[in-house]
Amino acid sequence: MVIEMVIAGVCVIGLFAALGLVLVLMERRVAAWIQIRLGPNRVGPKGMLQSLADTVKLLVKEGMTPNGADKFLFNFAPFIAMMVAMLLMAPIAFAKDFQLWDLNIGVLYFSAISSIMVISILMAGWASNNKYSLMGAMRSGAQIVSYELSAGLSILAVVILTGSLNLNEIIQSQADGWWIFKGHIPVIIAFIIFIIAVTAETNRAPFDLAEAESELTAGFHTEYSGMKFALFFLAEYINVFIVCAIGATLFLGGWMPFHIGHWEAFNHVMDYIPSSLWFFGKTFFLIFLIMWFRWTFPRLRIDQLLNLEWKYLLPISMFNILLVTLMAILGWHF
Amino acid sequence: MSNNSNYKDSSSIPPLASGGGGASSSGGGALQYLKDVFNGLKSLATGLRRTLYYFTHHKEIITEQYPENRDTLNLPERFKGEVVMPHDENNEHACTGCTACELACPNATIKIITKFDITPEGKKKKALDKFVYHLELCTMCNLCVVACPTDAIKMAQTFEHSVFDRSELTKILNKPGSKIREGIE
Ligand code: SF4
Ligand code: SF4
Repeated sequence: MVIEMVIAGVCVIGLFAALGLVLVLMERRVAAWIQIRLGPNRVGPKGMLQSLADTVKLLVKEGMTPNGADKFLFNFAPFIAMMVAMLLMAPIAFAKDFQLWDLNIGVLYFSAISSIMVISILMAGWASNNKYSLMGAMRSGAQIVSYELSAGLSILAVVILTGSLNLNEIIQSQADGWWIFKGHIPVIIAFIIFIIAVTAETNRAPFDLAEAESELTAGFHTEYSGMKFALFFLAEYINVFIVCAIGATLFLGGWMPFHIGHWEAFNHVMDYIPSSLWFFGKTFFLIFLIMWFRWTFPRLRIDQLLNLEWKYLLPISMFNILLVTLMAILGWHF
Repeated sequence: MSNNSNYKDSSSIPPLASGGGGASSSGGGALQYLKDVFNGLKSLATGLRRTLYYFTHHKEIITEQYPENRDTLNLPERFKGEVVMPHDENNEHACTGCTACELACPNATIKIITKFDITPEGKKKKALDKFVYHLELCTMCNLCVVACPTDAIKMAQTFEHSVFDRSELTKILNKPGSKIREGIE
């Protein structure tokens, strides 16, 4: 038992490091190409080692704590961000029969734990004793609390159709087609709302008001430097990965290969592609989608942000839930 | 999709941009609401299409790979690097020493020092002695070039201006021994 835990822990930390390096590089590359630039191209072949060099730089930097800060909370906040990210890794099914923790309320667990994220941001903003940090943290609080509603409701659409909160059962229910295809327009709407809401929940542009570097210097992590800053930075990317993994699991079938109804021959061919490839392929597709948003849309103002949630996303997703329920009762999906 | 900033025409503004008070959604009822959502999604899609086009068209990359291509640099026409005073083959320039550039400069970058030449007819005539140019103060705003009535100065495209001693950045633009070209008043 203990050995299993240690192995799992090492794997998760290894995955974190790898994901951090890959996603940061990917983000910079996507950003560059969208802005008709080349992106990092100095360190290593085609700039592949750039994020490694940045990590080393951050590691050797001094992690300062401001004099006026609440020392304990200030130093503790980045670790909460990390812990939340680690906990969220538990229920994700990376491949067929490859999951850290197969619990029967996986979806609920995900929504519950991901809300703790905001505590680390609030903590960091408050403890920094800096008006920019505090403002960023408060914005982030308002933002995450409101967008969690529509994220939850859009997840619920799939839960209604499957009748289960277990991520494995949700994946199994997509063996004859992913929900995004089986669920008609309501699930597509739910998917769009899910993507918008999780972009907001992970504090990424166009919803990066917590950071808003043009108004708030760096928002809630203005006072952080060195490795403590790196932890926040890493947590952001891990969270993007996690929400995309959950999105892929719920709407795109997780590790389930692309199957069409009862075309046995076609389905068999698809099964030859390893399930982990399917999972990572879908997840990285969603990550690309979120990065694409970031480099296309301008940042919203706080009132626009709340408008979007309360006047558009929430009413639409509530109506959508009704539709999905009707669909599930009448059996209008394949 | 026109993204003009005409805030009175609420129908052309996607819901994301309608912001304060949501004027476009409160007025028109359910139909207007759906129209807002649709227009918003459409304008977002327009933006996404544009960035996807750039993402997939690497040939259009506009940045220069300096310093590797130092010899083949392709500087845009409007790039401004430093103020220079062109001299012709007789070491003559077109500056009358009128100080219009000095007055135009917002940073006091230019100092015109004049002298009095004696013309063949024995008259005294104002002429340029030294055109002192402080590169370290210049913001390349081009105002001096525009102000000059005789087009005596222009912007050059040089840009590697780093030096170890600040005083090297103070330059005398008229070459030693140069004089004003015949016929320029
Ligand atoms: S370019 Fe502008 S700042 Fe520079 S010398 Fe001319 S007027 Fe002055
Ligand atoms: S450079 Fe032009 S504006 Fe300046 S002093 Fe000479 S003639 Fe006058």
